[in-house]
Amino acid sequence: MTTLTDPRERSRPPRKPSRRSPRGERPLDAPSLPVRGLKGVVLTVLCAIVVVPFVGIVATSVADPHEVTQAGGFVLWPTSLDLSTYRTLFAGGVVTQALVVSGLVTLGGTFVSLTLSTMLAYALSRSGTVGNRAMLLLVLLTLLFTPGLIPTYLTVKQFGLLDSLWALILPTAVSGFNVIVLRSFFMNIPRELIDSARIDGAGEFGIFWRVVLPLSRAVLAVIGLFYAVGYWNNFFNALLYINDTAKWPLQLVLRTFVVNEAQLGSSQLGASAEALPPQESIQMAILVISIVPILLVYPFLQRHFSKGMLTGAVKG
Amino acid sequence: MSSGVRRRGVGRPAGADPVPLPRTGRDGPARGRDDPAKPGIPVAPRAGLLRRIVRDRVVLLMALPGLGVMLAFAYLPLLGNFIAFQEYLPFVPLGRSAWVGFDNFSVIFNGDQEFLNAVGNTLTITLVQVVFVFPAPILLALLLNSLMSERLKKIVQSILYLPHFLSWVIVVAIFQQMLGGGGMLNNALRSAGQGTVNILGNPDAFIAVITSQVMWKDTGWATILFLAVLAQISPTLYEAASVDGASKMRQLWHVTLPGMRGIIIMLLILRLGDSLTVGFEQILLQQKAFGREASEVLDTYVYNNGIVGGQWGVAAAVGLVKGLVGVALVYGANKVAHVFGESGVYEKR
Repeated sequence: MTTLTDPRERSRPPRKPSRRSPRGERPLDAPSLPVRGLKGVVLTVLCAIVVVPFVGIVATSVADPHEVTQAGGFVLWPTSLDLSTYRTLFAGGVVTQALVVSGLVTLGGTFVSLTLSTMLAYALSRSGTVGNRAMLLLVLLTLLFTPGLIPTYLTVKQFGLLDSLWALILPTAVSGFNVIVLRSFFMNIPRELIDSARIDGAGEFGIFWRVVLPLSRAVLAVIGLFYAVGYWNNFFNALLYINDTAKWPLQLVLRTFVVNEAQLGSSQLGASAEALPPQESIQMAILVISIVPILLVYPFLQRHFSKGMLTGAVKG
Repeated sequence: MSSGVRRRGVGRPAGADPVPLPRTGRDGPARGRDDPAKPGIPVAPRAGLLRRIVRDRVVLLMALPGLGVMLAFAYLPLLGNFIAFQEYLPFVPLGRSAWVGFDNFSVIFNGDQEFLNAVGNTLTITLVQVVFVFPAPILLALLLNSLMSERLKKIVQSILYLPHFLSWVIVVAIFQQMLGGGGMLNNALRSAGQGTVNILGNPDAFIAVITSQVMWKDTGWATILFLAVLAQISPTLYEAASVDGASKMRQLWHVTLPGMRGIIIMLLILRLGDSLTVGFEQILLQQKAFGREASEVLDTYVYNNGIVGGQWGVAAAVGLVKGLVGVALVYGANKVAHVFGESGVYEKR
């Protein structure tokens, strides 16, 4: 991509060799104080724009209901802690149900996706097998176009998947992009390992299961997490295919009661009317519940994505 | 695994293979079974098709489920586009509706007002987002790349990448809690004795709102590709430029930007190829607040008229034309890239 670089120069050490390099690595180039200050301000503002909303949402969800009502619905720093909103939400109403559905779809979907994608990617990585190029083309073409909304809906309907949780899994189960990333990772596994396994009598599936997969744990983790985040976040497929409110995933509940601000009544929560926390607290708590799983897997994602994702994508 | 070409190459006679050939119907008549392959002689690379299917059957079986799902949910719907040429009724079995030729396309060719409005909104949003959203991660990547401290860089990256992993529902909800009627901004204004501002729900602010949402969510994440490219620019180029007396700005202009040219052009092509697609989920979630007129784009037009309004044929027709134009746009943009000597999304053959 960089037309100017001489390949011989690539082997040189990178520009910033040590992590803890103090300032003064490039004494002549070191930016002046005002420039550094300006950068600091810009970065602080950017980070604050991302972080402050989170703080406010968590704060409001755990603040004392009276404080929330008094403050007009938004608290940035609560004076006292009150977890009654969460207790109400987890008591077995709509939100609890949605959480179960979302959890099921996410876990089941990720399992299905990883199984299908790795097997397909492995098959595509065995170049020289019959139909390899045609299959690869079939996968690559899906990256170029997306099938229209109406025909996709009708297809799902024809398969009889309306109001089935499978409708939330199957249409997005195999992502062409992820398959290509996995394939290029598999192709970088040294041939010698695969050949020696074959000499030892392993069949194709044995090679896949005992050699290729164990060597690909990092990339499997990344792809799996990406699939999982996708399933967890999916809202539109549920809107399209699921009419039965008992099968609503969390994102749809979030849309109905937080974005569209429908009142969440006591009957839907399975709580008595007088014990109901203010709607603002409920809204914030639902938001927090839907964000927390992402925050939990985020450090793992982060550790891997620059490694796994980019090495695969760039070489693919 | 049995009677594999590679295995014979290792010197094991094919006849000694203990694994029986498959008896599944897929393999058809087992012609390969009375294969008289002599031990030790390498098999010709081009065996018969059936023989090769038998040979590679395990690999093919592994590909089958994934390919099946792709065929069912990516390719089968393409065929489903035929309803664009029908007066489709949901109660009539699929394919039994009356054929109406290009009637459904009349909204496009005769310029239905609602349709033109959706096209106009879509293109305006694309234009605004190419101008504001597209350069943002490039600038941010340059800023991050210029940081001396790796640790600071890591921390900032961790924070700014996070919103990418939140769903649109969450992002829209967060914006409501910040800028909405009872949100943080208006709360602050109220307690300061000022009047409140109506941002979410003001049709004039629609494009500004969705553009800032896109920037909030994805600017950080989009830097990842640019940072990878920046890391590949050879430091010797900077040293040489610096020895020649180039200032920081000149180094940026003559070293950094030429190094990023390829990726910038490629991403711009991808974005332009997607001109007709603008944040469907994001916009759908906020249509109620901003009103259809300001917020209707092509994708929501298809959804509102088809799934909600029951005009399946018309919606499918619009979706079909949109898809075709999209493919043509990517193709055209690539041609332009090749003219300028860039490799583009796919290589020139």
